[in-house]
Amino acid sequence: MASSIRVRATSRGDTTEVQALVQHPMDSGFVKNARGELIPPHFIQRLAIEHDGKPVFVADWGPAVSKDPYLKFAFKGGKAGDELKVSWTDNKGATDQLTTKIQ
Amino acid sequence: MPRSILACAAALLLTAVAAPARAAEAAFKAAYASAEAANAEAGKLRNQWTTAVAALAAAKKAAEAGDFDKATSEARKSEQLSRAAIFQADEQKTNWKLMEIR
Amino acid sequence: MTGLAMAAALIAAPSFAAPAADAPDPAADLKAFQKYFRDKFPKVKFEDFVNGPYSMDEGLYRQWKEKEEFPPYEFALDLGKELMAKPFGNGKTLADCFPNKGVGIRQDYPYFDTEQGKVVTLELAVNQCREANGEPPYSYVKDEMAAVTAYMAFTSRGKPFDVKIPDDPRALAAYENGKRYFYTRRGQLNFSCATCHVQSPGERIRAEVLAPALGILNAMPIYRSEWSGMGTTSRRFTSCNSQVRGVPLKPQDEDYRDLEYYLSYVSNGLPISGPGARP
Repeated sequence: MASSIRVRATSRGDTTEVQALVQHPMDSGFVKNARGELIPPHFIQRLAIEHDGKPVFVADWGPAVSKDPYLKFAFKGGKAGDELKVSWTDNKGATDQLTTKIQ
Repeated sequence: MPRSILACAAALLLTAVAAPARAAEAAFKAAYASAEAANAEAGKLRNQWTTAVAALAAAKKAAEAGDFDKATSEARKSEQLSRAAIFQADEQKTNWKLMEIR
Repeated sequence: MTGLAMAAALIAAPSFAAPAADAPDPAADLKAFQKYFRDKFPKVKFEDFVNGPYSMDEGLYRQWKEKEEFPPYEFALDLGKELMAKPFGNGKTLADCFPNKGVGIRQDYPYFDTEQGKVVTLELAVNQCREANGEPPYSYVKDEMAAVTAYMAFTSRGKPFDVKIPDDPRALAAYENGKRYFYTRRGQLNFSCATCHVQSPGERIRAEVLAPALGILNAMPIYRSEWSGMGTTSRRFTSCNSQVRGVPLKPQDEDYRDLEYYLSYVSNGLPISGPGARP
């Protein structure tokens, strides 16, 4: 089973640009299926990105975030070869994480 | 508002006089049958309109709820739409060429 | 002598013109079709037509370039690759059904199968393979089917469409039927495929920019933000039909396969760019 996370982090001088894509249904709990039944809420509540063990980006997400969310940000510091860890936890307690190296 | 009064009146009529109700049902059955036939013909030409199909379903639903006036009018609407679809399909049998890039 | 020849030509002309216009000539169609779009959009590079609305609108083009750095169809590509190699109950795989294991072959589909006597699209070939090996077919519109065709398109990127019409009257009839379907108006809105994708590419329909018919299938399957998911050629055809208020045919109906045959043929020479990402 492939990971639910895709990350690309590139060092640009004294900043690092990070792009990430997470595969997740992000069901809001307000949408009905074809039979007219409510699809129960199922969404990522917390997403964290750590650089060498120190959080650089922490997001508290809710039901309003789109399916398969994409995010892009930059932070100061970081150099090629440093480790970057991305992890998420959803409202059902499921979790996934991925560690990658800055390019 | 007038609609609900009408519905009340219709309901009263239904209980009071059985004959007009039967007439309304007969009118619906005739309208529905010809709407169904027109829809089938459009289907044969592979050109049904979603609106015609939706009106046909609405007619059936109204009839099941006992509202034959509404059912008849939906069935007639469906038939008219299907007739237009049939006309369109027949006319396009040759006229599609007018749009072709040459 | 010349006078006589002229007179003969004059007499021949009226009786000759009508059948000539009707005689199927795919090569001439292709030329006229591609010329129409080149003339209509002199600024668009020929190979850019495969990028649909992005070739028509500069702002969209820049947004798309950014999106392509991290495309939304990435997960589908991984799933497609996995499904191609996953063994069926009998130990064979989907890849075994295709030439070169399904890699780099998208540009050869659809083709006319002289044995089956019909047009075989990539999507149909995938399900024929599954059924021949005792597996249930995929849904034609999305999910696994989109993932598998996305992977095949991705490995064929840059290869020019190479759809052939064999010397078989049935193949020519299928081509003609596809052309008829493309130009036939249908639905309550009285639109044909050509109304949007020939007459009005680059124009807006609600918030969207219409894609040109030329090269439109090169980008299939597509991730549409509107669907928040992947969709196949079948999905595009059926949803186009319902948008003009016509009841769509079943996916991979003969008319749809013929339409794909026609539309792919007239885009011959343009590179495969799928899977695409569309708003």
